[in-house]
Formats: sequence, structure tokens, C-alpha cells
Amino acid sequence: MSEWWTYRPEDFLLFSPRVYWRLFELHNADWWPLQIVALLAGLSILTALLRPRPWSSRLNGIILAAGWGFVAWAFLWQRYAPINWAIEYVVPLFALQALLLLGVLSSGWLTLPDRRRLPRYIGLALTLYAVMLHPLIPLMSGRSWQMAEIFAMTPDPLAIATLGLLVGAHPARWAWPLMAIPLLWCLLSWITLDTMGSSTAWVPLIAIGLALLGRFWPRTGRANST
Amino acid sequence: MPTFNPMSRRQVLQGLLMATAASALPPWQVLAQHNGPKTRVIPSTGDTVPLVGLGSWITFNVGDDPELLEQCADVMAAFFESGGRMIDSSPMYGSSQATIGYGLDKLDAYERVFSADKLWTSSPDEGRDQIEASRSDWGVSRFDLLQVHNLRAWRENLETLLTMKDDGELRYVGITTSHGRRHDEFETIMRDYPLDFVQLTYNPVDREAEQRLLPLAREREIGVIVNRPFQQGRLIDRLGDHDLPDWASEVGAETWAQLILKFIISHPDVTCAIPATTQVEHVRENMAAASSPLPDDDMRQRIAETIGEL
Ligand SMILES: NC(=O)c1ccc[n+]([C@@H]2O[C@H](COP(=O)([O-])OP(=O)(O)OC[C@H]3O[C@@H](n4cnc5c(N)ncnc54)[C@H](OP(=O)(O)O)[C@@H]3O)[C@@H](O)[C@H]2O)c1
Repeated sequence: MSEWWTYRPEDFLLFSPRVYWRLFELHNADWWPLQIVALLAGLSILTALLRPRPWSSRLNGIILAAGWGFVAWAFLWQRYAPINWAIEYVVPLFALQALLLLGVLSSGWLTLPDRRRLPRYIGLALTLYAVMLHPLIPLMSGRSWQMAEIFAMTPDPLAIATLGLLVGAHPARWAWPLMAIPLLWCLLSWITLDTMGSSTAWVPLIAIGLALLGRFWPRTGRANST
Repeated sequence: MPTFNPMSRRQVLQGLLMATAASALPPWQVLAQHNGPKTRVIPSTGDTVPLVGLGSWITFNVGDDPELLEQCADVMAAFFESGGRMIDSSPMYGSSQATIGYGLDKLDAYERVFSADKLWTSSPDEGRDQIEASRSDWGVSRFDLLQVHNLRAWRENLETLLTMKDDGELRYVGITTSHGRRHDEFETIMRDYPLDFVQLTYNPVDREAEQRLLPLAREREIGVIVNRPFQQGRLIDRLGDHDLPDWASEVGAETWAQLILKFIISHPDVTCAIPATTQVEHVRENMAAASSPLPDDDMRQRIAETIGEL
């Protein structure tokens, strides 16, 4: 692209905030009452983080993989791509993430943290936020509650909850590859929301910061282990 | 006592026939026949187009949202009712082309519209397919005008368009830029190729085109379409805090938007300005700007200075 320095992020925003937020309203209306199932699935991930069981990792691998697959098809492809052609390139990444989650988590290569250390608390906070609080954002922003972004049905809370589950998981060599796409999505979402002038653009950015903090937190100390 | 001229039987019949014919016409055809907007000649053919058209970047990218599709169709209906004709879009604008197609179908406005679309690809081999997909979205039999969007792969893409024109598949060929980008290259293409239209940014605060491109368009008999008349709305937002000067009424401008548009279209080398909007009132307001009186040179200077200072 020539004269690239004359371009601003706004030049790449193809749609208005009004159209963007309406995507969620129409999505919710079309899929009701799937939201209830999604909420229960989110609670299962929270439970796994609070009290990890031998089978937690497998179960949540399946839940998250289903979420990434569903969001790729029902939200990104069917709803978002028509107003944003760049999303066509994101859909395969979401599908890949679904496969990675299914492969790594269901094979038991990754275990969830059971020690009371900072990464685990960060993971809990991120997941709690994504499942329980993120849907309330429209109310904070003066929009209709029907525009709520629900975990496992829309990308932002799904990516944040995925980071929440993985931030304390070990070994790191398996956790990192699974975190790359959620981190990338949060980055893209932050840029999009910020360019739209949304007052809640900082949410995905904070999720990135917390996930990185938790992941880089030293793993050696055993003082607080249970 | 007032005199009353009884009409002849023939006059009554003629009147009835006309009324019947008029009622069968879409409302914009009846209206446009009477007090339509001012038009300007397309230099390469002598045909005319109304001085104000309609853009579709962002405003018409509404996906499959049924409510918003209806709102866009309402904007198009008001546009045609006000005598508008040129609608501009691009495959880059998300679902805007399909939205225009929805509106044209709903309003049965295929005859009315002057369809201006773009070729936007860096793989010229895919150009024809892209044009066909765009044409199918619009639902028109062929485009009036196709432009190489932002000079993307312009050599090859322009070749495709010029060949289509030679083959009678297209009426007009053009190129576009915006934000004052790549004017040197733009100028070279204007000199070297038989263009019917160029599209560029021009408004009271972005006046670079006045230096070389607009005079060259006149010299080469190329029509000029003006994009971003309101700097994507930012210019109007900025002016919104200030009162419209009293003297704006001298050129028939009742709002800042109309004053800006009158400034743009009063430039003799401009063929059509294409503001985009989501609102019926705004499209009416914009179309109403394409009417007399238009500012003379002194007034144009005054408009540019006033808006530039605010
Ligand atoms: N390189 C290229 O080829 C290129 C680049 C840029 C643009 N374009 C073309 O040019 C068209 C126009 O440019 P643009 O869309 O970027 O910007 P624009 O027409 O300068 O501004 C559009 C904005 O102005 C507002 N507006 C319209 N009429 C108004 C009125 N009467 N009063 C107050 N606000 C009004 C609209 O808001 P409301 O919805 O609230 O009315 C909209 O947000 C585009 O849509 C596109 O078709 C082409």
C-alpha cells in the first residue's frame, strides 16, 4: 500500500457502531435460548478452575472447542463477515483454535492449576468476568441488554474465558500455542472497538495484559501451594 | 365574480390521461420532471447528471439486518424522489452493493439510477469475476461507470475497464483517489488515458485538487466526482458548534451541509458530489443544495475562508 502513513485506523473501519452492535442483537434473537446452555458451559469452566478434577481439562476442551467452532460459523462467518470482509481471514483461525483445543485439552497434555497462586486467580477473574460480567457491558454503555455478548456465542467473552482457562495451565509449551489466537483476537477486538470510539475498548486490552502477566509469572515458589 | 374557463372535452381527457400516466410512474419520476436538482454535463458524452449523488461507504454496509436495510431503502427512495441519480459504491464497502441492490429492487429504480461502482483488486485476473459479482449484487444489467478504486493495480485494471467499454459492456470508465493521495500518479493517468471520470476529495478545507487536477479535468474533458464532501462527517461535526453565517442565505444554504455542497458543486469542473448518509432528512437536505443560487467566485472564497477558520 503506497502512502501508508496517510492511513488511519478509521480508514479501515467499514461499518458504523450502530451496525456492529446490532449484530449481537440479531444473533441473540436468532439463537435464543442457546444463551442458557452457553451460560451453563461457562459455569463448568469456572468450576474447573475453582476445583480442578482429573477430567476437567478434557470436558472443558470439548466445551471450548465447540464454542470456537460455533462462533466461527454462526457469528463470524454468517453475521460479521458480510459487513467486514477481513473477517473471512479470521474464520479459519477460529476453526484452527477449535481443533487445537480439542486436540491438546482432550488428550490430557495440559493440566489446570491447582495451586493458589497468582496465575490461577487471574484465570478465575478472567473467566468469571467473561461468563458473568461481560454480558452486562451493554447496560454500562447505555445500549439495550439484548445486545449482550454471551460466552461461547460471541468472540470476545469466548477469547477472554479461554485465556482465563489457559493462563495458569501447565506445561507452558502446550499452553502458549493455545493462547496465541485468543490473544490475537483480543488485540483485533481492542483496535476495532477503539476505532469505533467504544468506551469499553479497554476490556480486551486488559485481558491481554492480565493473561501475559499470569503466563510470565514465575512458576517456582511453592509457598502458597495447597 | 371570478371567471371560470370551462375546459374542452379534449383538455379533460388529456388531463385524465396524464394523471393516470403519472400515477403509474414511481413518485421520483413525477417529481424529478418538475423541480429536479441542477444537473451538469458529462464532458465525454454530453449527457447530464444531477450535481449531487449518493455515496455508500459505511452508511449502506448493514449486512442482512432487515431493519437497517429498510432504512437504507428509505434513503434511496428519498434520494430518487428528490431527483437524484448517481449512486457510488465498491466491492470494498462490505455489503453496500447488496444493500443498493435491495433498494433498487424494492423501488424498481433500475432505469433511474446512474450506477457508479469500482474495481478493487490487486489480482487483475480476478477483475472480471469481481465486476460480475458486483453487478449481480446491484441487480443492474450493466454499470454506467466503473472506476479503478484507489489506483489499485491501475494499469491492468484500467485495461480491463477500457476493453469493456470498447465492447459496449460499460458506458464510462474512471479512476478514484481520496484524502489527496497519489495526486502525481493520478495526474499522469489523466493525461495518458481516455478517462470519462475521475473521483477525488474536494471540499472547502481540502482544496488541493484546485491546483492541478480540476484544471486538467477541464482540459482533458473528464467529469469529476467529488468524494468525502464532509470529510466523512467530521467537517460537519466540527462546524456544528458554530452558527451558520447570515450571508449563507444569499446562496440559499440553510445548513452547513448545504453551504459545503454548494461550495463544491459551484466549481465549474465538478460534475457531481456524492455525500453518504443514513438519514432521509439529510439526503433531502443534500439534494436541495443542488439548486440555484450557487455561489460566485467571491462567495466561494468567503465560504472557504470562513469554514477554514472555524
Ligand atoms: N477512494 C474512493 O474511491 C473513495 C474514498 C472515500 C469516499 N468515497 C465515496 O464517496 C462517498 C462520500 O464520502 P464519505 O462517505 O467518506 O464521507 P462524507 O459523504 O463526506 O460524509 C458522510 C457522513 O456525513 C454525514 N452527513 C451526510 N449528510 C449530512 C447532512 N446533510 N447533515 C449532517 N451530516 C450529514 C453522514 O452522517 P448521517 O448518516 O448521520 O447523515 C455521514 O456520516 C463515500 O460514501 C464513497 O461512496 C470514495
